[in-house]
Amino acid sequence: MDKQQQDAQASDARPVLEGPDIARVMTRIAHEIVERAKGADDVVLLGIPTRGVFLAQRLAVKLEQITERKVPCGSLDITMYRDDLRMHPPRALARTEIPGDGIDGKLVVLVDDVLFSGRTIRAALDALNDIGRPRAVQLAVLVDRGHRELPIRADYVGKNLPTSLRETVKVQLAEEDGRDTVLLGAKADQ
Amino acid sequence: MQRHLISAADLTRDDAVLILDTAEEMARVADRPIKKLPTLRGRTIVNLFFEDSTRTRISFEAAEKRLSADVINFSAKGSSVSKGESLKDTAQTLEAMGVDAVVIRHGASGAPYRLANSGWIDAAVINAGDGTHQHPTQALLDAFTMRRRLVGRDAGLGQDLAGKRITIVGDVLHSRVARSNVDLLHTLGAEVTLVAPPTLLPVGIETWPCEVSYDLDSTLPKCDAVMMLRVQRERMNAAFFPTEREYSRRYGLDGDRMAKLPEHAIVMHPGPMVRGMEITAEVADSGRCTAIEQVANGVSIRMAVLYLLLGGNEPAVTHTRPTGSEEK
Repeated sequence: MDKQQQDAQASDARPVLEGPDIARVMTRIAHEIVERAKGADDVVLLGIPTRGVFLAQRLAVKLEQITERKVPCGSLDITMYRDDLRMHPPRALARTEIPGDGIDGKLVVLVDDVLFSGRTIRAALDALNDIGRPRAVQLAVLVDRGHRELPIRADYVGKNLPTSLRETVKVQLAEEDGRDTVLLGAKADQ
Repeated sequence: MQRHLISAADLTRDDAVLILDTAEEMARVADRPIKKLPTLRGRTIVNLFFEDSTRTRISFEAAEKRLSADVINFSAKGSSVSKGESLKDTAQTLEAMGVDAVVIRHGASGAPYRLANSGWIDAAVINAGDGTHQHPTQALLDAFTMRRRLVGRDAGLGQDLAGKRITIVGDVLHSRVARSNVDLLHTLGAEVTLVAPPTLLPVGIETWPCEVSYDLDSTLPKCDAVMMLRVQRERMNAAFFPTEREYSRRYGLDGDRMAKLPEHAIVMHPGPMVRGMEITAEVADSGRCTAIEQVANGVSIRMAVLYLLLGGNEPAVTHTRPTGSEEK
């Protein structure tokens, strides 16, 4: 898809979450994590590049405000673990940054922007396997748009967004795109 | 479609920077408890070594295994090659066994090119050093080492080596490392100066994208990295300089010469080092010498090259290269 097409598509797209909504949703997820983890002492947040990393960093700030403790936060690149590697040219790699104390025996919360087929999360679970053995792994996503192709579900969902396969969901975050929004648009004709 | 890496000159600036950036992420795998990625599962790679090599062969093998490829090692000694088998027959034997990539080191310049363009095999060909022609992964790992030391690990991501002054000293005539480095460093925007006695510079060097000097001492104060080359006695069939002591005195790097380098400059050597000849033990063991670091970086670079050439359905680098003449 070229730039022009992308812009044309963005103009058709309808925002379903705006900046303040995203902030409220992240606050709620942070509270849910503390509640379910009974204080979140051993929580390690791992964002999946690109936008999951920024969401994980935002969650870390909110968790610190709630628990008054620093929460380890890192990133987990899943490119090398994808199941569709052989269907595309190799992709550029993103950074994997595991916090200093590692993940052994910790409660790892994976953070991503959109949960769709579930294949990214499967790859992330494989990648985690090579890095250590967490006590448990949970999943936090900003948007769950359905259409799972694997038996995977999220523990914390910002917004459930029923979509058709003809639609696209695009998350934009200030750190990467200059503004916070979730856009629901029509898929460009192929 | 080109799936080969034959020459450092085949890489565009963006290709080279992508390889260096990818290697930076690959390097982090070495710090993990499980140094393995599943990326090349089920792909078979043959290391076809017609010439002696320790570090390149082991480095490629480590890179292949870290990416979970199936590795077959072949060295000319103890194979049918010593019974007189030709490159073509060896290649077709490998093809029949269904290999996905061939990493080849050969004493004859152009052997990897021939293998890649002859139609003998479908596999990707990666040049691991051919005669006095090219050694592209060495140039890439040298550039990677320079970028890490002179620009910075994280600061270097996405960056080339624009404006860095690199001096390469020694047996340029017989050196594929020098040729590959001149090509790649030029692509990455660095300024290269070659320093050697006139007898160890090849004919036609004035067409290379670099400066040439016969005087090491005047070059040292204005360079960011100096790369010492080994005098390749095994490729020499004539007297190129009067005595080893004279060569060493004029073109060897000792402690006094190292002191003339700028504070931040590094000393590089592709190995194997001949201590007392082109480099003294004092320099080789100093913190400014990156020889060991280069070996470690070699594994990361080779992982990056293998991933970018073989990881997907088509290569992410070198595909813009114009195809050579197809011969059957």
